Amino acid sequence: MDVPAVRLVGLWREFADRVVLQDVSVALPPGESLVVLGPNGAGKTTLLRILATLLRPSGGEASVLGCRLPREAWRARGRIGYVAHEPLLYRDLTVAENLRFHARLHGLQPAEAAEARIAELLERVGMAPRAGELARNLSAGMAQRVAVCRAVLHEPELLLLDEPHAHLDPEAGGLVEPLIAPGVARSRVTVTHDFRAGLAGGGRVLALGHGGSVAYEGPAEGLSTADAEAIYRETPR
Amino acid sequence: MRGLRTLSIATVAAIVAGVALVFFYAPLDADQGFIQKIFYLHVPLGIVALAGFMVAAVHAIRHLRSGDPIHDARSYVSIHISVIFGVAVLATGSIWARASWGKWWVWDEPTLVSFLIVFLLYATYYPLRYAIEDRDRQARYASVFAIMAGAFVPLNFLAVRLAESLLHPRVFATAEGGMPGPMWLTFLVSLAGIALLWLTLVRFELAAKDASAQLARLRRALEAPARAAPARRDLARSGAR
Amino acid sequence: MRAFSAILAKDLRVELRTLQSVPGMVLFAVTTFVLFRFGLDRTSLEGDLAAGVLLATVLFAAILAVNRLFVAERDQGGLDAIRLAPVDATSLLAAKATALVVYLLVLEAVTLPVFAVFFLDSWAALPPLMLVLVLADVGLAATGALISSLATGSRARDLLVPLVLLPLLVPLMIAAAGAAEPLLAAGGPEYGRVASWLAVLGLYDVVFLLVGYGVFDFVLED
Repeated sequence: MDVPAVRLVGLWREFADRVVLQDVSVALPPGESLVVLGPNGAGKTTLLRILATLLRPSGGEASVLGCRLPREAWRARGRIGYVAHEPLLYRDLTVAENLRFHARLHGLQPAEAAEARIAELLERVGMAPRAGELARNLSAGMAQRVAVCRAVLHEPELLLLDEPHAHLDPEAGGLVEPLIAPGVARSRVTVTHDFRAGLAGGGRVLALGHGGSVAYEGPAEGLSTADAEAIYRETPR
Repeated sequence: MRGLRTLSIATVAAIVAGVALVFFYAPLDADQGFIQKIFYLHVPLGIVALAGFMVAAVHAIRHLRSGDPIHDARSYVSIHISVIFGVAVLATGSIWARASWGKWWVWDEPTLVSFLIVFLLYATYYPLRYAIEDRDRQARYASVFAIMAGAFVPLNFLAVRLAESLLHPRVFATAEGGMPGPMWLTFLVSLAGIALLWLTLVRFELAAKDASAQLARLRRALEAPARAAPARRDLARSGAR
Repeated sequence: MRAFSAILAKDLRVELRTLQSVPGMVLFAVTTFVLFRFGLDRTSLEGDLAAGVLLATVLFAAILAVNRLFVAERDQGGLDAIRLAPVDATSLLAAKATALVVYLLVLEAVTLPVFAVFFLDSWAALPPLMLVLVLADVGLAATGALISSLATGSRARDLLVPLVLLPLLVPLMIAAAGAAEPLLAAGGPEYGRVASWLAVLGLYDVVFLLVGYGVFDFVLED
């Protein structure tokens, strides 16, 4: 029996008396892809941050890669790659320096191998000529591409992507996609606004409504476009 | 609140006994006269306030380890009451200084000076808490502060003592060595009374917070009955104010 | 260890590139010396006055750097990145505290000679004074880094840091001044009571390093 990449049972999370996630349950088998849909404020980013071990659950059960959160979060770190809303790059370091820093944090050894991997990734997203550029001088699209490199640098088993195609034109998106595709040793959870693309990709879907409750959880084929639209249209309480 | 009534009665009894002893039993000091009797208020207040800060640090450690907000509430209230006692320590110390030395403040009484510094530190507990919006983080950071401050107190006393002893001999040599029997008894009873007072006030404030937290919870439940109610939340989630 | 050196190297590189802390600290310190010259109406200082002016100035200049210590991590997402990696929370605290010590050492290397030129009759006190300052810097860094991490996640962080940090630094100030005063005595450095004050300084350093080590995990979690 394979250990699920993600397993949530009755997860809930509150901030200062406001409940942002309620009773969320989902299981993602390893190597598969989960798309999280929902309107603004539905708690999608919060859910992703909990999976990234950056936030603790307020209640319910949560485990990623077989590690129970929050108690065993430390065991999952280093096996997760996270693309956030912000690129998580230091503005006063160059692209290469940023990636080198992350490589060191993740213990990529030896240094030459890490360098080679950094060079290879930058090449694949078309950012190699900009390796010496300060992060503050990058456009949003460039920063996003570097952020993807940062997230996959250490070959994580679980990828958590918050709007991975934000700021990316179709060409850049095409460069990035192979780096973040799910695969044999890699599961993926993607948060996206674009529910049409999300549903079109297949895999499993978790749709959150306003207030962070689950509106739908199951295979992508089971949620019609009309239903998805309805979730987005529902007025916030 | 169980035991609160017994506690209050015991406190009143101890304080009445203490006052009686102070006024009718304890000897009159030859040098300083009647005003010396403020010693029976000033020193116990100081000892209890400092002990209170230590207790708060212990609660803070328990809060960090368990994450249970009840410990945060206990830590907060302990600091709160100790800070109030701290104001009283400074006030009574100042009165004593004025009566003994003619000045409203003396720098060569190390215990009083260390107390001032400790008080200034714990007074920053409130702005620190209020500046952090997220309640969980606020409680955690407050506990971190309480632990730092608890470690600080003995260090501070050491440093101030050392600074003064090298320059001036102790002036208020009453609290150690050479206290006659009747003074000791009066002192101990006063100490017991003040300690019980601290405990009672802390219990009272915790009970009040618990009540207001339950009230807030009921109000919320009434306002949003349709929303799925998460598991029972503990007192300080809404009541650490 | 590897995370510690990675973060420290990163901080020092950023500081070298942006020069956002150290030059400001140096300028602040020198201007403060001038303020003291006029505020005290003295053109030469010795003993307790010299110790007080020097240490108070270093303390206040340190606060400038303490304010900035965690800002980049919070604002640019560095904190998330570090927490995502399989590293100990204490490596971050140690790296920040060490960076602060480095900034303070640079500050002192530049401003001690200035202080001597402005106010002292002889430079004999400077070498032993550096030892006092190094021990004081470690204590400053231990408490400063911890308070900075608490304040960075809050409103009014620029006000909160000095407010909470200054009372915490009083014993450090007492011990450092106690050690510095005889060193700056009029007739040349005297070493009488310096050792006991250095011991107190060392104790302060150890206590707050240990406290930081014990609690920092709880500062980072969310």
